Amino acid sequence: MELIAEHPVLDLSYFKREERVWFTFDGVAMEGFKGAPIAAALHANGVRVYRETPNMKRPRGFFCAIGKCSSCFMVVDGIPNVRTCVTPLAAGMKVETQRGKGRALIAPIISE
Amino acid sequence: MTDISTDILVVGGGAAGLSAAAEAASCGADVLIVEGDLRLGGQLVKQTHKFFGSRDEYAGTRGYKIADILLDEIRENEGKVKALTNTTVTGYYIEDKTFTAMRGEDSCARIKARRTIVATGASERLIPFPNNDLPGVYGAGAVQTLMNVYGVTPGRRVLMVGAGNIGLIVSYQMTQAGVEVAAVVEAMPKIGGYWVHAAKIRRLGIPILLRHSVKEALGERVVEGAVIMELDDKFNPTGLERTIECDVICLAVGLSPTTEILSHAGCRMRYVPELCGSVAERDRTMRTSNPDFWSAGDAMGIEEASAAMVEGRIAGLCAADSLGLPAKMEKLDEYWARLNRLRAGEVGAKIRSGIGKVSRDEWEV
Repeated sequence: MELIAEHPVLDLSYFKREERVWFTFDGVAMEGFKGAPIAAALHANGVRVYRETPNMKRPRGFFCAIGKCSSCFMVVDGIPNVRTCVTPLAAGMKVETQRGKGRALIAPIISE
Repeated sequence: MTDISTDILVVGGGAAGLSAAAEAASCGADVLIVEGDLRLGGQLVKQTHKFFGSRDEYAGTRGYKIADILLDEIRENEGKVKALTNTTVTGYYIEDKTFTAMRGEDSCARIKARRTIVATGASERLIPFPNNDLPGVYGAGAVQTLMNVYGVTPGRRVLMVGAGNIGLIVSYQMTQAGVEVAAVVEAMPKIGGYWVHAAKIRRLGIPILLRHSVKEALGERVVEGAVIMELDDKFNPTGLERTIECDVICLAVGLSPTTEILSHAGCRMRYVPELCGSVAERDRTMRTSNPDFWSAGDAMGIEEASAAMVEGRIAGLCAADSLGLPAKMEKLDEYWARLNRLRAGEVGAKIRSGIGKVSRDEWEV
């Protein structure tokens, strides 16, 4: 993984790399740290492209890291448009490249 | 949907918000901090360098340690401050005096507060060039988050755009993280940041190319390089270009205040170039034209974290005072003396001029 192995100022414990968990990216098993953002885990695994824009099919990836810009939207456990830069990684998560606007798995609301 | 109510809501748990929360809690207020990120501390937790300024604002202490100091202070006021992280305030409905917030991606809350302190900070600016949407074109704050909060290497070789303080500091931080900085380009004819930061990266042999900017990012799916170009006095290309091999183009081209919530609350706003955007009019207590709303930090104009912390103190103190709590209002003069020291001299001239345009002695009823 593309992780910082030594740092002149920060103690490595600062990065809170406490629990390694497995997740999948487009079906490929990857390792990351529980509780850190999904986007950071992907970046550490060398993944740069997180979604594809609806019309021009442009690749998009990490950008603002504060949940504001929508560049890192992905499909996580079937839910599209997840802000992966501020969503913590959990064991067994299924992370997928989002193509276009994504399709929600929410059942239609039936009036009572 | 959950309903939450609090004496004082602090929107944003960075330098200004934590200071505001600590101050208000010390007066006896019940405070709720709502923070969009996974951790409290805002930009402070990403700063590995020692701060300047005066000792009152922790000069000589590294930024990430200042966050710890503020969090310890908050914990001392046991039970007074609650914090929701990974929660974004999405709006304020003035007719109901109610905030909406989103926790994670799938749960929502309504928040009612007697007083609100908006400490939402800023967001990064982008500059236009072909392929600026390619993965690998990152904001400087995002690069800091990756490497200084989560310990992830942002790339192998980086082109930094902007030689203001952020561009210079983040360039140095990247070398600390073992990342090569190919060059720093700056469109202006002079370095915008402090000389000491520039000297640190020049000593490492990193070129700072003034009157240079990015012409385009190269690459099909991700950044594989950048074409940089020389500019003349009127910022037009001279025709001199070269290609830099890099996998990250880091943008440190300025910040804009984040003010949506203030706008929702009907606070009177004004565009002030010196403060880098549209900001709220404020009185000496950091109150806005909406008497229930205070604001502090970069949301009120782009400045340094040291000033944000003092503004936060003022807002926290005065919001608590407005609730009839025992706030030591004599501290207000001391806080203003600190702000005036931070904004003194030539470097503070721009800020002083900007703040002069939005300061109010009183509000018409």
